[in-house]
Parts: sequence; structure tokens; C-alpha cells
Amino acid sequence: MVDIAKANEQALKKLLEARPFWVDIQPAIECVPGMKKNLILHAGPPVTWERMCGPQRGATIGALIYEGMAKNPEEAEELAASGEIEYDPCHHHDTVGPMAGIVCPSMPMIVTENEVTGQKAYQSLNEGIGKVLRMGAYDDEVIERLKWMERVLGPVYQKAIRKAGRIDLKNIMAQAIQMGDELHNRSRAASYILFTKTAPYILETLDQKKLPEAIEALKFMEANIHTFLGFAMTSAKVSLMAAENIEGSSMVTVMARNGTDWGIQVSGLGQEWFTCQSPIPEVLLFPGFTKEDVGRDIGDSAIMETYGIGGCALAASPAIVLFVGGTYDLAVSKTMDMYEITLGENNVYQIPSLDFRGSPTGIDILKVAKKNLPPFIDTGVAHKDAGVGQVGAGLCDAPMDVFKKAVVAFSKKYAKK
Amino acid sequence: MPVKGLKKTGEYFDSVTLMLVARSLTEMEGVEEATVVMGTAENKQILAASGLLLDEFKDATDTDLLIAGKAPDEATAGSVIARAEELLIESKQKKASAGEHLPRSIEGAVDELSGANMVLISVAGRYAGDVAMEALEKGLHVLLFSDNVSIEKEKELKEFGREKGLLVMGPDCGTAIINGAPLCFANVVKQGKIGIVAASGTGLQEVSCIIGNQGEGISQAIGTGGRDVKKDIGGIMFLEGIKALAADGATEVIVLVSKPPSPEVLASVGETIKDISKPVVAILIGGDPKVMEAAGALAARDLERAGLIAVALARGEDPAGIEKALAARSEEIKKQASAEAGKMKEGQKYLRGLFSGGTLCDETQLMFKDSLGPVYSPAPIDPDFKLDDIWKSRENTVVDLGEDEFTVGRPHPMIDFLLRKKRIVEEAKDPEVAVILLDVVLGYGSNMAPGEELAGPIREAKKLAADSGRHLAVICSITGTHKDPQSRKKVEKELKEAGAIVMETNAAASELTVAIVKIRGGK
Repeated sequence: MVDIAKANEQALKKLLEARPFWVDIQPAIECVPGMKKNLILHAGPPVTWERMCGPQRGATIGALIYEGMAKNPEEAEELAASGEIEYDPCHHHDTVGPMAGIVCPSMPMIVTENEVTGQKAYQSLNEGIGKVLRMGAYDDEVIERLKWMERVLGPVYQKAIRKAGRIDLKNIMAQAIQMGDELHNRSRAASYILFTKTAPYILETLDQKKLPEAIEALKFMEANIHTFLGFAMTSAKVSLMAAENIEGSSMVTVMARNGTDWGIQVSGLGQEWFTCQSPIPEVLLFPGFTKEDVGRDIGDSAIMETYGIGGCALAASPAIVLFVGGTYDLAVSKTMDMYEITLGENNVYQIPSLDFRGSPTGIDILKVAKKNLPPFIDTGVAHKDAGVGQVGAGLCDAPMDVFKKAVVAFSKKYAKK
Repeated sequence: MPVKGLKKTGEYFDSVTLMLVARSLTEMEGVEEATVVMGTAENKQILAASGLLLDEFKDATDTDLLIAGKAPDEATAGSVIARAEELLIESKQKKASAGEHLPRSIEGAVDELSGANMVLISVAGRYAGDVAMEALEKGLHVLLFSDNVSIEKEKELKEFGREKGLLVMGPDCGTAIINGAPLCFANVVKQGKIGIVAASGTGLQEVSCIIGNQGEGISQAIGTGGRDVKKDIGGIMFLEGIKALAADGATEVIVLVSKPPSPEVLASVGETIKDISKPVVAILIGGDPKVMEAAGALAARDLERAGLIAVALARGEDPAGIEKALAARSEEIKKQASAEAGKMKEGQKYLRGLFSGGTLCDETQLMFKDSLGPVYSPAPIDPDFKLDDIWKSRENTVVDLGEDEFTVGRPHPMIDFLLRKKRIVEEAKDPEVAVILLDVVLGYGSNMAPGEELAGPIREAKKLAADSGRHLAVICSITGTHKDPQSRKKVEKELKEAGAIVMETNAAASELTVAIVKIRGGK
């Protein structure tokens, strides 16, 4: 009989031991495993063009225009539906995509490596807030920015990180959590730390003739409160990859949504997806939006909660509480709830207000099912239609169905073995 | 009468919240009956019995919330549902704003309160056994408030607890005082030298209050649940409780309180106390005192004597002095009885006892049987005296309103006085009634203003009688201490002002009642 407790101990150990470093910036086609010209990666579990939600369709249209494969939205839509384009989840390619999570071959990607295992994970660079591809926007402004990121931002970063060699992301995240980030909805502190760590290398590798470009890159980096999100998500992904495929472990290794379905993967159940319809989050809406505008829960960023921060560390982030429409007591209470369904406490990410207790880490499907207590995601919420953008933010419970399905499969596989 | 209902799927509330909401609904103007329950099989049966099981409730499951209201008109019945929804939302908001995190499981609770070694469990009966087992596996003593736990599960838990050296109090354990902390329905009694093991909740409350009111204190009061002393369980925790008190340094006197145990259990208790050097006082209501005496225990005749004997022993005094004092009081009671009886009108001769405590009701039945013969009851000592209709008294009648058939869709009568208030007035209309006897149980968990609640109906009852030229005696006993949140003193004052005679114990109140009924010829 398989020893579940022991297997979980091992999974959690691998997760906690992982040491993610930022090591490079490369175009997706050159670094992402299995990437090819006609492949579009998306957030969440597998989905076809027909079933894709608005924001993901919009982002796909934008990606095809950006890649030069279509001249206009109409052409792009036709191509997207033609069968010539293949779609696959980011997660199948060691990649994580925020919101729509669309990745195409030319995008410059953050490369994050787990020093312990040598595994790597990838994400495109963050575009900032407002009209952006990850929210499904695809107008000229969006495409122009993506081109600029490919032409200017990517290379500036690339030179800097190659000069630096590697930057310790776990160290940055540990500091940021002490500075009010929970690293899903808020990564402001981490973004500033990354800026200060990167800026000297940007200056050091500066091509004098391209000074204005370097200044543009630095300004962009400073202005974007989400600069760090991709570094955090790749850190989470690459750390969780180390804990995958451990026989007998009931620890969740992936939680992801595509705006149509909500899915999880479990260490002891390999790469099998357990999915159900993605819920419509009940969140605090920005002024001018109504409930009718809210799209179904979307994005791979739930990897942060899977990793033991984000919502799990909500008590560390009083600053985010108002933004998601709660009180500080609620934040503490939500974090306390997560201790009920996790396997252990983080050895590095500590919550100051809880006397530096480690954040609840390693979601266990068995505990979730037993206590009927789903994890929650501290998330941003997109408009249901393509291109409108973020309409609110809040705390969204994961649907219990995916955990129930996973527990059934887990029982089938491991009962009486 | 119109009944309106609503089924809400996927909403869960704990039973305490639901009882409190149901109580507020019942108090709404014009509402005949109202209830809010989860749609378990047991609850549906209860609803069916009270005519509230609407068609749409029939296929409800454990996870469905059922709200129903009965009123003379549709609009009022409908207003119950709207009000219920408001109250349920309020209950959630209260919790959310409390600022303190509520653990979601035993695991979580232990995690937040490291060093805790005992858990109080109050969840739906069918899950309670498993939760209790999980607690025992974690090395925690258990107080299991939940009922509807199967006897097989109870045995499994208690055997496992015994093996691990852990107490399993309950299922259906309503009272305990552990390390000075009153749990569930229990009273505020200072810490002291007297330990209690009880298979009876109100019996434990009455004895511990008598001890407290005499100025002595309780080391530990361990409840076992009523079924423990039945043959199937074999008194596992009753015996473990005795052993624990025997080994406890703070306990100098041990009191055993129980309804009659099975002969086998009685024998085991006798065997166990034989080897104990500490004095043991036993009150086995309706049981044979000889077995206890043979084993070296002092067998008390009633709960009051059990408490007083324990106090005497704790003080190193001779318990023989108690009988003398009580004999003197009996003389006073006789005088009081003839004064009361003298004011009554021809034909007034019977008792109507309306109880909230089961053991107190039993005690009164026994005292009547010993002096005047059996009384009618839904659960009589003499089967010939079973009431045909529990809602209609005849001759001398006592009812325990805490019995399941009375608590259909409403909280226990120690919390919710509605039924008793109605029945006090009903009984007062009967020209044959001489005495209405009430127990008023104070302490945590009980109604917070019993004096105020009862004063109205007592006045009304006395006035109804007086208007027909009768003098109705309303006799109350109070189970409680001055330190209880309701304050014994305050409640006593309120009841007296309403015209009730207040006696210090149920035994004294029953003695007075017996004396009056005897004079009035109501045998």
C-alpha cells in the first residue's frame, strides 16, 4: 500500500527545496519546449477555438496579427478557426500565462531555472495594465507595444541578465512578502526590488547609441506594477514541476483556468487534468462595470496559490485587502483557512503579522475534500468580451468539483494498493 | 392554517444558529409555528410530525436548508421566510466581523490552540462519531454534545478512549465542568474538592449548584451521556470517570449521579468503588440504594441530599446532621403547605409539573410515587399512567418538555420557553389544578432571562384562577448559582414578584407540592 503521508512529505520537500533563478530572456520559439510557428499557447486546461472565451479569442487574434500571420482581425479570426493553428495549454510546455495567457513564437520569454533540478519555466514579459493582450485586447496600440517589447525591452533585459548571470528570485519574493506583497494581485515591492537589482546591469550593458531605448525600458519597468508577476509565476511553476509525478502524493501541482474551464493536476496523478466549468467570480468591480460584464475565472496565475503564496499569503498583504473588497481580519481569516488544506508551512515565505509563520503551502486534495473547503484565488477578473480588460479583483473560491473528481481518480488509483 | 416554505440548496448553517433563528421567527407577531432546519431525514420526520413538511421539502437532502412558517394568513406565513433570510445573513455577518478566525476542523483547531487536550464536538449525529474518533486518535479527550450517534459507534469510541486513557463524555452529553470551566449547559460553580460523575445532565447541574450554593466547589464534573450506564455500553465511561476522580489529587469526595443503571453496570460500579478510599456518595434516581451501600457508598434519596452529604463530607462533618436540618425544614414546608391549601377552592387538588430538566422531572415523579402514588406522564414510572395525549394533562401530571416529541422544530425548553409559557396558562384554566410546578434551570447555554420570560405567564395564570375565585399555587425551583450569567438572586426576585413560591431545590419544591396535593386530597 502506498504511503500517502510519506509521498506528500516528499512532494512538499521538493517544492520547498526548489530555488528559482531568473537566468535568461529568449524568444519563445528558441526556448519553450515544443514551440513551433503555428502553435498558440493559452492559459488553463486544453480548449478548442470553438470553446474559447472572449478574452482568449481576442488575444489569439492579437497574437496572429503580431506574428504577421494575419493583416487584420477578420483575417486572424478566419485563420484561428481554420485548423491551421494549433492550440495547447501553456502548462504542457513548462509555461504559465496570466489571464488569457496567450503565447506565440516571437514573444520574448522570461526563463527561470530551478537550481536544484535544472528544470526551466517560461512566461512572456508583462505588458502593464490597461489595454493589453492578456486581457484580450488586440488593437494597434497593443500590437505596437508587443513589437516594442520584442525589439527593445527583451534585448535590454537579455543583455542585463546575461551580464548578471542569474538573479535569485526566491530571495526577492521572501523580501517582498515582508514588504506587503502577496505576489499574485500585488507584486509592487518585488517589482521594485527587481528593478534595483537589474538597473545596474542594464547600465553596464548599455549601448551608448541606444541610450533612449534603455531609458524607455527602465521607465517601463518602473511604471509597471506587475513587472514581477511573470518572474513570480515562473518561479512557482518551476518549483512545482519538481514536485510532479510523485507516486502516491495528493498534492496539487497545477491550478489553472482558461475562462471556459477550471482545471487542476495532482502530483500522484501525473499530467491528467481534472476540470469543470470555470465559475464567474463574485468580486469587487471597478466603477462603471456590472455583474453582466464579468467573465469566467481565467489565467494560469492560480499557480501562485498552488505554490503557497498569493491568496495563501493574503494576511501578509494588508495593502491588497481594500482592492479586493475585504477587511484585514478577513485576510487573516482566509490565510488561516488555507492552513487547514495545505500540507505544511513555507520555510522561506513568512507572514509578519502571523509572527512570521510560514505561509500555508502544498494544497492537498484529500484535505480539501474532507473539509469541503476549497482554496481561493486572490485574482484579477477580466471582462467577458475580448479587449475590454480588467473589470475587478477579488477572492474567488476554486470550484469543489475539480477536487472531488481528482479525489475519485486518486482513490481509484491508490485504494488497496 | 396556511404553511409557507422555502428550500435553499447548498446553504449550510450549524444547528445552534438555526435554533436561534427559529426562536426569533416563532416570536414574530401572529406566527403559529416556524422552523429552519437542514433537510436531514431526522429533521424531515420532525417537520412531518408538525405538519410543516411541504411537498417541495420531501426530496430535500442534508445540504438543503428548509424554512417553513405557519400562520393564520398567507402573508404572515410568508413573512417568516423573508425574516429568516435576513436573520441568516446577519448570523453570517456577525461571524465574519468577529475578527477572530474560526477553525474549520479539529486539525485546524489544534493547530491554532496548541496544548489543547480536549475537544467539544457538536456536529450532525451521523458525522459526530467519526469526528470524535479523529479527536481520540489525536490524543484529545472528547465531549460529544451531539445526539443521534449510534450505540455501536458510542461503544467503539468509548472502548478506544478507554484503551488510550481518554475520556469520551457523551454522545448526548449536555453538561460538564472541567477545570472550573462550565461546558454546554452548566453552571458557574467555584473549583473545590468534590468530583462528580453523572449520566444525567440536569442531575449534574442540580447537584453541582447545591454544592456551589453551600459554598463548596467542584474539582471536575464529568458527564457521560445517559446511555453509558445501559447494558450495551456497560458503563465504560462512568467507571473511567470514577477512576479518574479517584486518582485526581484535587478530588476528596466523589458523587455519582445517574438514572437507574442496568444491573450489570450497577454491579461494576459497586466493584469499582469498593477499592476507592475516598468517600463516595451515590444518587441513582429510582435505583436500588442497597447495592451502593453494600459497596461502601452513601446512597442519597434525592439530588439535594446527595449534594448536601457531599458538602458535609468535604468539610469533615457528620452527614447525619443533614437529616435533622431537613426534618426542621419539612416542618416549615408543612406549615407553608397548609397555608397555601387553605386558600384554595373546592375541587382544586392536582399537580401539573412542567419541566425542562428530565432528571428533575423523574425526581418529582419518584417523590410523588413514594407518598401519594404514581402520576401521569408521557414517560411514567408506572406504565398504567402513560398520558394518552401528551398535550393534555389529567389528574396529577408531570411532563418533561425536553423530550423529543416536544422539541419538534424548536430549541430545548431550557432555551425556548414558548411551549411552557403557553402550557402554564392552559393548566391554570383547569379548575382541578392546585399547583403548577416549574423547574428553572440557569447557567451557560440556558435562556438568559428566565425570570422575565416566566413572570408574565405566572401572573396571567394566577389571575385566571383568581378571576374564577381560585387560588393557584405556582411553585418554582431554581437550579443555578449566584454567579450564573442569569443570577439566581435576580431570577428568584422576578419569580416571587410574579407571585410564585420559590424553593431552593427541586426536592424541596416537590416536597411542598406533595404536601399541598395531599391536603387537597389529590391522590
